[in-house]
Amino acid sequence: MKVLVPVKRVIDYNVKVRVKADSTGVDLANVKMSMNPFDEIAVEEAIRLKEKGVASEIVAVSIGVEKAQETLRTALAMGADRAILIVAADTVDTDIEPLAVAKLLKGVIDAEAPGLVLMGKQAIDNDMNATGQMLAALTGWAQGTFASKLAIEGDKAKVTREVDGGLQTIEVAMPAIITVDLRLNEPRYASLPNIMKAKKKPLDKKTPADYGVDVTPRLAVVKVDEPPARKAGVRVGSVDELIDKLKNEAGVI
Amino acid sequence: MAVLLMAEVTDGELALDATAKAVNAAAALGEVTLLACGARAAAAAEAAAKIDGVAKVLCAEDAIYGHRLAEPTAALIVSLAGDYSHIAAPATTDAKNIMPRVAALLDVMVISDVQEIVDADTFVRPIYAGNAIQTVKSADPTKVLTIRTAGYDAAGTGGSAPVENIAAAGDPGLSSWVEDSVVASDRPELTSAKIVVSGGRGLASKENFALIEKVADKLGAATGASRAAVDSGYAPNDWQVGQTGKVVAPELYIAVGISGAIQHLAGMKDSKVIVAINKDEEAPIFQVADYGLVGDLFDVLPELEAKL
Ligand SMILES: Cc1cc2nc3c(=O)[nH]c(=O)nc-3n(C[C@H](O)[C@H](O)[C@H](O)COP(=O)(O)OP(=O)(O)OC[C@H]3O[C@@H](n4cnc5c(N)ncnc54)[C@H](O)[C@@H]3O)c2cc1C
Ligand SMILES: Nc1ncnc2c1ncn2[C@@H]1O[C@H](COP(=O)(O)O)[C@@H](O)[C@H]1O
Repeated sequence: MKVLVPVKRVIDYNVKVRVKADSTGVDLANVKMSMNPFDEIAVEEAIRLKEKGVASEIVAVSIGVEKAQETLRTALAMGADRAILIVAADTVDTDIEPLAVAKLLKGVIDAEAPGLVLMGKQAIDNDMNATGQMLAALTGWAQGTFASKLAIEGDKAKVTREVDGGLQTIEVAMPAIITVDLRLNEPRYASLPNIMKAKKKPLDKKTPADYGVDVTPRLAVVKVDEPPARKAGVRVGSVDELIDKLKNEAGVI
Repeated sequence: MAVLLMAEVTDGELALDATAKAVNAAAALGEVTLLACGARAAAAAEAAAKIDGVAKVLCAEDAIYGHRLAEPTAALIVSLAGDYSHIAAPATTDAKNIMPRVAALLDVMVISDVQEIVDADTFVRPIYAGNAIQTVKSADPTKVLTIRTAGYDAAGTGGSAPVENIAAAGDPGLSSWVEDSVVASDRPELTSAKIVVSGGRGLASKENFALIEKVADKLGAATGASRAAVDSGYAPNDWQVGQTGKVVAPELYIAVGISGAIQHLAGMKDSKVIVAINKDEEAPIFQVADYGLVGDLFDVLPELEAKL
């Protein structure tokens, strides 16, 4: 079974985000970029399926700027077999929307016919949490979102999902779209020899036109602001003082 | 302008707080029709009909909606979509599962986690774990959105809207429910509680989380946790507060043994009053705390419990 893993290049999760002074977006010039943390987990899960003999080939896909190649090389160094880069933006400031990403991924699916798509539940830049569900809609496939446990059993997948009430386990027909949550696994680091080997693995370059997809955004960004700042308050010296403040100053207990 | 709003129904019961807050938010967009669906939905539909500002309740009771699997539920919503300019739901995990599927079937973008509605086309939502706030204007004919209810007051419950039973749409039959693992609790629900007491990795064990629970019970509070505490197995996953957990905005949030990573702050920094208890006086959580107490939680929590 072939597994498709879409991976997004995003600002590294440790970087302190700064909003641009002209309110057009977040400053992405010269900041460290990495693979979306959820996507690392998806890649790891795909590799584990391959190690178990369930998956035969892992294809990583990224959509964005030319430099998203680096993210694909990371996926290849972790253990993906080959990669597809769809160059859809000239600058990092252009974020391709989940609907357009899903349409492009649908194009890739039509060409590659994978048995499973493993992807992140959420990109930590736009925090949309939408692409997997949208892709499932466009393919007409089942979706298993927010997975913290996955077991492939023949033509079905058993997915344990992190939901508001706790955990829900469902069974989905394959092929399926699975979006992964943080507790599914701990992704491995790529070893130096594997990083070297990854440079030689195949990486195909495509454009949205190759899939006949229009990536024009549906949502125009009017502005991007700093969140209202919270003032740091006061230090209290004791539990008694804390209780007194909460009762008599804040009036919340 | 007309809004179809998915009521939050779990096991036949209406989550009144989340639904009533979403009604209040959606009322700005036009007449609100609530959709209650489930294997049992009639009682939830009756309860939803009492929410002020609801014009009508659609009740779809059918076994295929029992666990609100995404495929049949999205198909139902799409079958109703033609009558509405906006399709919305409170931003719960169920809605986040279903609404993007609805949007893609309608060939429109979903607008996730709306925290403010500017006008019928323009919405405000957090990005980058709440480190930036984005205002977007949608060019789509139908707007599909999930609403962060934490910042809204709940609509009242003096209404009596008509309830209309509707037939199920088809079931694509792609998925089936196996089991739920839900820990029942007498404590208030995390996202609607007035007070939340949360613990982090500093608690150091599952057993020690009893210290959090005891203080929470004294205050009638809900319990929460950081991701590190959940990952370490000290607390269940549904306690997680943050970018990838729940978003809360209680009157009082008490963070104990939590360092204050941006991903955690994303879920609680709109709380009215924040208390931080941490032994490291440099911990970033103090930068957002109204009251900070530097100390060892193993001394502070028992004392707090005794004195409350
Ligand atoms: C993509 C992504 C998403 C994430 N989503 C979330 C999320 O939704 N929610 C979330 O919380 N995190 C999330 N995280 C993780 C986040 O980055 C932090 O790792 C996490 O919040 C840290 O948890 P913590 O504060 O409990 O642990 P730590 O950072 O280890 O802090 C423990 C604190 O306890 C204090 N302490 C220790 N012992 C004591 C004592 N005896 N008395 C008093 N204080 C003590 C320490 O001084 C320290 O400040 C996410 C990370 C990523 C990459
Ligand atoms: N530009 C992209 N390239 C590759 N994968 C993407 C892209 N955008 C989103 N994805 C995938 O979709 C998931 C959810 O993203 P989002 O819906 O934007 O929160 C991510 O974790 C990725 O797996």
